[in-house]
Amino acid sequence: MTITVLADGELLDREGRRRLDVAVDDESGIVVATGEALTGDRTLSADGAVVCPGFVDLNVDLRQPGAEAAGTVESGARSGARGGYTALLASADTDPCPDNPAVVAEIRALAKSAPCRIVPTGALTQGRGGASMAQYTGLIDAGVRFFSDAGRPVTDPRVLRNALEYLMSMAEATDTRLVVAQRLHHELGSGGIMHEGEWSSRLGLPGIPAAAEELAVTQQLALARLTGARLHLQQVSTAGAVRLIAEAKADAVAVTAEVSPHHLVLTDADVASFDPNLRLDPPLRTEVDVAALRAAVLDGTIDAVATGHRPHTVDAKELAFDEAPVGALGLETALGLLLGEVGLSLEQALPVLSWQPAAIGGLADSHGGVIAEGRPANLAVVDPGVVWTVERSDFGGYAANSPHLGRRLQGRVRHTVVEGRAVMVDGATP
Amino acid sequence: MKHLLSTSDLNAHDLHELLRLADGFTEVQNREIRKVPALRGKTVVLAFFEDSTRTRTSFDLAARRLSADVVNFSAGSSALKKGESLRDTIETISAMKVDAIVVRHKSSGVPRQIARWTDASILNAGDGWHQHPTQALLDAYTIRQHLGDLDGKRIALCGDIKHSRVARSAVDAFTKLGAEVVLVGPGTLMPPSLAGWGVKVETDLDRILPDLHVAYMLRIQTERLGSPLLPDVAEYRRQYGLTVDRLSHLRPDALIMHPGPMNRGVEIDPEAADDPRAVVLDQVANGVAVRMAALFRLLGSGPVGFAEEGA
Repeated sequence: MTITVLADGELLDREGRRRLDVAVDDESGIVVATGEALTGDRTLSADGAVVCPGFVDLNVDLRQPGAEAAGTVESGARSGARGGYTALLASADTDPCPDNPAVVAEIRALAKSAPCRIVPTGALTQGRGGASMAQYTGLIDAGVRFFSDAGRPVTDPRVLRNALEYLMSMAEATDTRLVVAQRLHHELGSGGIMHEGEWSSRLGLPGIPAAAEELAVTQQLALARLTGARLHLQQVSTAGAVRLIAEAKADAVAVTAEVSPHHLVLTDADVASFDPNLRLDPPLRTEVDVAALRAAVLDGTIDAVATGHRPHTVDAKELAFDEAPVGALGLETALGLLLGEVGLSLEQALPVLSWQPAAIGGLADSHGGVIAEGRPANLAVVDPGVVWTVERSDFGGYAANSPHLGRRLQGRVRHTVVEGRAVMVDGATP
Repeated sequence: MKHLLSTSDLNAHDLHELLRLADGFTEVQNREIRKVPALRGKTVVLAFFEDSTRTRTSFDLAARRLSADVVNFSAGSSALKKGESLRDTIETISAMKVDAIVVRHKSSGVPRQIARWTDASILNAGDGWHQHPTQALLDAYTIRQHLGDLDGKRIALCGDIKHSRVARSAVDAFTKLGAEVVLVGPGTLMPPSLAGWGVKVETDLDRILPDLHVAYMLRIQTERLGSPLLPDVAEYRRQYGLTVDRLSHLRPDALIMHPGPMNRGVEIDPEAADDPRAVVLDQVANGVAVRMAALFRLLGSGPVGFAEEGA
C-alpha cells in the first residue's frame, strides 16, 4: 500500500474550487483524505496546478487486437495517461471485433496493467457487418454497456431500429443502462474525401456534403424517437447537425452527442496543405461549423468532447491524401486545444472532458465525481496556464499522426492518478 | 521560384515572365538544331505515376532541348507497386541527386506533399482533379500568340469542370491575366462551390457562343456518359458539344481549343476540330516551349544561351 499526496494545489470539481491536499491509496484505489498539509509515502507537487477529476474519452481506437503496428492497448492507455484521461472507451474497431464476450475478455486481459482504465465497448452488429445482431446478452454479462460499430456505423435503418428495440428490452431485462452510439455516415457522402464546399472545389477532392451528416442525424433521431432508445451521436461536425440535436433535446429525446477537439479548431481550409493527418472522419468542416460546435459545447447541446483517437503507422500517412487512412491522434492534445485555441476555462472544459462523458459511458460511479474521502481516486493534475509546443516525443505510442505537430497549446497535464496509482508524474509516463 | 505546383501560387508577374521566356524557346524550336545548353549538367526525372504519353513526351523533349539529362522513372513497374510508400519512392529518387522531378499522379495534392520530402524542384504535370499548371501556361501562351493578349478576352471553358485539373489551372491563370472566364456545363459537372474563382457560370452554350474569343472544349470522360452525372452522348453533344451547327455562330476570329485527346463527335465535332479556327496542334507545339520555360525558370542560372546554336 502506497499513499500518495497531491500537495499544495487547488482542487476543482463539480462543487467548485477549494485549496486542499488530496491523499490517495493505490491499493483500495480511493481518496483516503482531503485536507491541509497531508502526509503520505510519496508527495507529488500540485503547487500552482489544479487537481480535477480525470478525463473520460468515449471514442478511442486502440487498434489491438488486429493492428498492433499502429497502436496497442498499452500505448493507447499511455496516450490517455499523458492527456489526463483516467478512462477510455475502447471502440469496437478491432480485428476480431468485440461482437462476442471472448474478445471483450481478451481486451480486458491486455488492459490489466495499463496506465488507464480501459472500458471495452461492444459491436452493434456481427463482425461490424451492419446486418445481424451481435451477442448482446453475452456482452452485457461481460460488463459491456456501450454498443457501437465505430467507424463503420449501421446505415440500414431497419437493422438499426431492430438493434435499438432489442437492446432496450435487454436493458430492462438485465436492469442495466445501455447506450447505442453511431457515427454519422450517409450514402450521400460515399466516396467523399473532404468536406464538400469551397475548398474541395479548389483542391479537386471529392466532397462529403454537410447534408450527408444531417441526413444521418435526421434518420437516427427519428429512430431514437420511434424506439425510445438511448442514442449517442459520435463525432458531430456540422452546424446543421447541432441544430437538429438541439431540437431533439428540447423534445426530450434521449440523445447525447460528442465532438472531437480537432473539429473545434481546424477547418477544411487547412486541407490545402494536403497533410494526410488532416484526413478525418467526419471531415474538417468550415468556420461556420466550428463556431456552431463551440457554441454547442458551451450551451450543452454537445455533451462530451471525444477525441476519436486513432493511431496509424508512419507510412500509412505518407500516402496521397485520398489514399491515406482517416483518423488522427487526439488524447495527448485535447486539453491543450480546449484551453488554448478554443479558449475554454477549466470550469468550462471539465464537464465535457470528465463528468458528462463519464455519465454517458456508464462510469459515473468511478469517474468525474466529487473529489472527497472515500471516492474512487481517478484524478488529473493540470497546469492550465502552461503554453507548450506539440512535438513527436509528446505522444504515448509509436504513432505520431497528429494534425497539431508544431502547434502551440495552452494547458498541460502534470500528473495523472488512476485508481490511486500515479500513472504519470511530472509529464512522464513510467 | 523553387517549385511549380499550382497556378494558384503564381501571380500575374510570374505568368508574364514565364510566357516571355517561352517566346525565346519558341524561336529555338524553329532552328535546325533545336537545342540550347541552358541546363547542361542538370538531371530531370520524369516520375509519371499515371500514364500520359503526351505530357511525358512534351516534358522529355523540353528537358532534352535544354541539354538536361532526362531519366524516365516508370512508376508502373516500380517498387511502388510492391508496396513501397510514396515517400520512400521519392526519397530514393532524390538520393540519386537529381535537380527536378516532374510528377504526374492520379491523386490531388501529391506534388505538394512530395515537395516536403525532397530538395529537388517539383513540377506538377497533373495531379488528380487538382492542377496541371504547364497546361494552363501553354493554353495562355497559345491564346496570346493568336489574340495578342488575354486581357479583356472572353473565354468559355465548356464541359466537365468538376473533374478537370485543366479547368482549375486555366481559371487561375486566365483570370490573373485579365481574361473574363465563363464556365459552361450542367450542374453535375460544376464544382460544388465557385467562391473565389472570379468566373461566371452559363448553362446554355448557345447564349454566349457569339461573344466568345475562345471556346475551350474540355474532354468528357466517356465513363461519365450514361452515369448518374450525365445522360447519353447524343444529349451531351446537343447541349454542350461544339457541333457543326454551332460553328457558324462563333466569331470568325475566335479560337477553338481542346487539351486533347479529343472525343470527336462528343464534345467536339470533327468539323470543329478541323476548322481553321482550331488551334489544338499549336497548343501541343507550344507545350514544349512553355515547359522549357518552366524548367529553365526553376533550374536555370545565368544566360539562357539563346544565341548559341546547338550544344
